[in-house]
Amino acid sequence: MSAFLELRNVSKSFGQGTNRVEVLKNINLTVEEGEFIAIVGFTGSGKTTLINLIAGLITPDEGEILLKGKPITGPGPDRGVIFQNYSLLPWLSVSGNVDMAVKQVFPKMSKADRKSHVEHFIKMVNLHPALHKRPSELSGGMRQRVSVARALAMDPEILLMDEPLGALDALTRGSLQMEIERIWRESRKTVLLITNDVDEGILLADRVIPLKPGPRATLGLNFPIGFKRPRDKATINADPNFKKERNAINAYLMEIGKHRVVANDKKYDLPILDPIIPGAERRLFNPRTNL
Amino acid sequence: MGQTILASFRWLGFGFLDPLVKLFQGIEPKKNGALFLKKAIIPILSIAIFLGVANFFSSYLYNIERERKIEKTRETQGDEAALAMQECIDSGDISCKPNSLPSPADVWRATQTLIADHRMISTDKAEFKTRTAAVNAQRHAQGLSSIRYTGRPSFVDQIFTSLKTVFAGFLLAAFLAIPAGIVLGLSETLRTALNWIIQIFKPVSPVVWLLLVSMVVKTILASADMDKSFVISFISVGLCSMWATLVNTSVGVSSVDKDYLNVSKVLRLGVVSNVFKVILPSSVPLIFTGLRITLSVAWMVLIAIELLAQSPGLGSFVWEEFQNGANDSNAKIIVAMFVIGGIGFALDRLMMLVQKAVSYESKA
Repeated sequence: MSAFLELRNVSKSFGQGTNRVEVLKNINLTVEEGEFIAIVGFTGSGKTTLINLIAGLITPDEGEILLKGKPITGPGPDRGVIFQNYSLLPWLSVSGNVDMAVKQVFPKMSKADRKSHVEHFIKMVNLHPALHKRPSELSGGMRQRVSVARALAMDPEILLMDEPLGALDALTRGSLQMEIERIWRESRKTVLLITNDVDEGILLADRVIPLKPGPRATLGLNFPIGFKRPRDKATINADPNFKKERNAINAYLMEIGKHRVVANDKKYDLPILDPIIPGAERRLFNPRTNL
Repeated sequence: MGQTILASFRWLGFGFLDPLVKLFQGIEPKKNGALFLKKAIIPILSIAIFLGVANFFSSYLYNIERERKIEKTRETQGDEAALAMQECIDSGDISCKPNSLPSPADVWRATQTLIADHRMISTDKAEFKTRTAAVNAQRHAQGLSSIRYTGRPSFVDQIFTSLKTVFAGFLLAAFLAIPAGIVLGLSETLRTALNWIIQIFKPVSPVVWLLLVSMVVKTILASADMDKSFVISFISVGLCSMWATLVNTSVGVSSVDKDYLNVSKVLRLGVVSNVFKVILPSSVPLIFTGLRITLSVAWMVLIAIELLAQSPGLGSFVWEEFQNGANDSNAKIIVAMFVIGGIGFALDRLMMLVQKAVSYESKA
């Protein structure tokens, strides 16, 4: 029995010739069913590329990605993606956005069933009062909830979250973190969360995996997180183990981050800034006399 | 109640009346008074200044023309005739009025003449209808076509004819340009293939389009019992004005936000639902911007095309008045100019409302 989601020696690079940048190199990851994995890493370390690979929006150069033992060939509704910038269709209402996904994934569902299905998931993210509002009328946090509801309503095998809370303020972030934890407990989906916030990873995940910074990013050590569920932000913050875990992960990230030195050997020729003094003898090259 | 009035006013594009409504309701009189001054009084004042300048300029031209006319009479017919001419001009007799730029008062008089003329023609038409009703019923029973009113159309009739032509041309442009724009937007190969042709056809002048269209229509409709000049002019209007919509649609379709396309990919939408559920809705604002430009271009070129095609409408009205050279012809041309401008403005406002109604608020 192979793992639920498996990445084997996956590499991805962009560009051609001298501009070629190897973003990800030899990524290996196994995720069990029902697990909540958090991948933390620096900005620009290739986290979004990793999510796009698993979502099937881009294909790896080398290696393979298996979901339930079958290789991923393209995007599909079996992997619900929650994008950082919500990606809601602005001309549809909240229920319209969710409904469009449901209609596509369950084409045989009757109209009444579909309606209750859509409403069930919008209730799950506490957005029932905003059912008929347009995304432009919602706050950032509410929009991300719609995005979560849409992904869950497709009943995917795995939820891929690409820095879902990255664009939100700290307070909204905190309340949505707890909501994501609750939804995960209720729906028991496998979740792969990408974040740049170590605390968020510890708070939510069963396992935190740092992504070594790119170019040629690979996954680092695994940090299993053993806090009991349901988790509560205040209790976990007070727990001495939380500090220990956080310090360990941060120290590890700092250590691997040292290698992320921006190499720049290029030398710049600075212009000569001698002042021109009228009447004084010019010491510098004079084109007229030297012709 | 007050809020509804304000909202509907704003929606109709009469936002400048906002402060006046608020003044009547007694809300913040100081602030709204100042606002009303800024938004309504100043524009009205500028119109008054414009009329003043027009009046001054036209009387300046009138005086030059008057002197010239008297001088000419003196040269050809002697001093006595010149004096008589001067008296005749100053008495305000239209028969010897010098022909120059009409003053605002002249234009106002011409407007009234045109309205009176329209009233006369409509009563004439109504009378004709009652007079021929019995005969027409008889002819109808015999399977013959009814006798139609063949009198001269009034100015108002010309306006409606022009509107009919412009809408026919606009619809033709929309039916040609939107589907073509979608296809071009979806296929980069087609876009590059046709780019040069589009760029070459886009700046072609309405006059040339008219000639081109008449070359084709002349052959196709050679024997058909149809109003050929109407067909020629509305097709020319459509072909002249469709380019803005074509280019805007193809740009809108080809530049759909990558996020929306990712959603479509993750949902595995088919080609048809991808186009109708994601690509088209997201390019609707750009398409309607294109249609708005198309309608204003259509109205602008329509006048020139009617003028040349001898198809009835405001354009031919202007041309006929110019050829006519009656005393109030110049003033009637200026009236037509303002009517054309006003209708163009109204059409643009109409399209803006439609555009507002169908557009979503960008980027969520």
